[in-house]
Amino acid sequence: MNDVLSAAATPVARLIDEFHKLPGIGPKSAQRLAYYILRTSADDANALAQAIVDVKEQITFCSSCQNLTEIDPCRICRSDKRDPTVICVVEEPLDILAIERTRSYKGLYHVLHGVISPIDGVGPEDLKVEELMGRLQDGAVREVIMATNPNVEGDATAMYLDRKIAPLGLRVTRLARGLAMGADLEYADEVTLTRALEGRQQV
Amino acid sequence: MPARIPRVYRTEAIVLRQRKLGEADRIVTLYSPQLGKLEAVAKGVRRQTSRKAGHLEPLTWSTLLLAHGQNLDIVTQSETVESFMALRQDLQRLARGIYCAELVDRFSEPRVENYPVFRLLAETLRRLSTSDAPADVAVRLFEVQLLAFAGYRPQLDRCVVCSGPLTPVTNAFGPALGGVVCPGCRAGQPGLWPLSVNALKVLRLLQRGDWGTAAGLRVAAELQSEIELLLRGYIRYVLETTPRSAVFVDALRRDPAEALSPTA
Repeated sequence: MNDVLSAAATPVARLIDEFHKLPGIGPKSAQRLAYYILRTSADDANALAQAIVDVKEQITFCSSCQNLTEIDPCRICRSDKRDPTVICVVEEPLDILAIERTRSYKGLYHVLHGVISPIDGVGPEDLKVEELMGRLQDGAVREVIMATNPNVEGDATAMYLDRKIAPLGLRVTRLARGLAMGADLEYADEVTLTRALEGRQQV
Repeated sequence: MPARIPRVYRTEAIVLRQRKLGEADRIVTLYSPQLGKLEAVAKGVRRQTSRKAGHLEPLTWSTLLLAHGQNLDIVTQSETVESFMALRQDLQRLARGIYCAELVDRFSEPRVENYPVFRLLAETLRRLSTSDAPADVAVRLFEVQLLAFAGYRPQLDRCVVCSGPLTPVTNAFGPALGGVVCPGCRAGQPGLWPLSVNALKVLRLLQRGDWGTAAGLRVAAELQSEIELLLRGYIRYVLETTPRSAVFVDALRRDPAEALSPTA
């Protein structure tokens, strides 16, 4: 795209190129962003550049839960307010943010960094499964909550881990599934409705 | 002026796979009885309140309403015909179902109608969701039948070289020749695999597509694995690649935790 941008000065063209590499940013958005940066104060531009550098330099994986962190072990793993006998297994770091927003979970986490997807060639060995098994060996954990997504891959992953953990004699649970807030019974699929009926509770 | 093309059309389809697209969308690969394999965009299905998501999970048979899109068509409505629910609750069966869907995907060209393939996939998923049906036999029958419907039916009744009758001795299978080679013709033929008398018998039975008899068959583990390896080798020869989900099916077998489960 460089010849198209020959009208722009080289550093600007470089910036446009870099923005263009980001997900969801097309050539026009990349140009708008680049010219926005040009107009902002040097302080703001530096802050952005520094934030990007810091993220790459300071963020690592927590050696225990595999979440993204700037200190190891991460804030959740080192907190004394968390219940170390429960581990909630999630697919991605972003899932932790979603669960934390509920403010109703007090245990620890484990991030798999993916999900078993046989058709894409992603197997258990590509996930942080061994790290999870390592955390379960010392007997401190009593329950493992499977919080993988409620779809074929998430189910396959949960079932796989359940079988692997079963010999340890721990309680393995799966997040309930049922009707979403704001959903419509008329459009619910059979699997969801069946699970919703199975998991019904006293009003 | 050309006749106006309707903006939407209705079809049934089994969802073979899906992949993420953008923020909240997915591209679903469908297998339709009338249209064959097609891809379509399912918008917003990764949102929590999507009305379509549950009906577009892999290995679901749904009725769909699709709108012609600029590039890919767009799913506007979906409703489950059959969700094969029991299949989803057993990892061994689920893995095999995914494997069958991958094979259909790999053996099909886009938008080429092949109704027998659709029927075979639907029947196989139903067998895999029946708890007392032997899952591995269902998959072997699926493989043999799919090869036939896709145009790679192995010749099991006569020698592919001399067209002579086959005798009950250890023959050979030639993937490049597409069938069985008798002992007299083996010389000079590269890349042949030995084929036992019993394996040939079972393969012929599978080729007849008689599920009732096949499901009742007691096949020794050794013979089962001979047939599985032969079919896998032939499929690999035809596709020029190994289906990825076969690796997961194997991993489940090797896993000591799985050895406790008698499902397979």
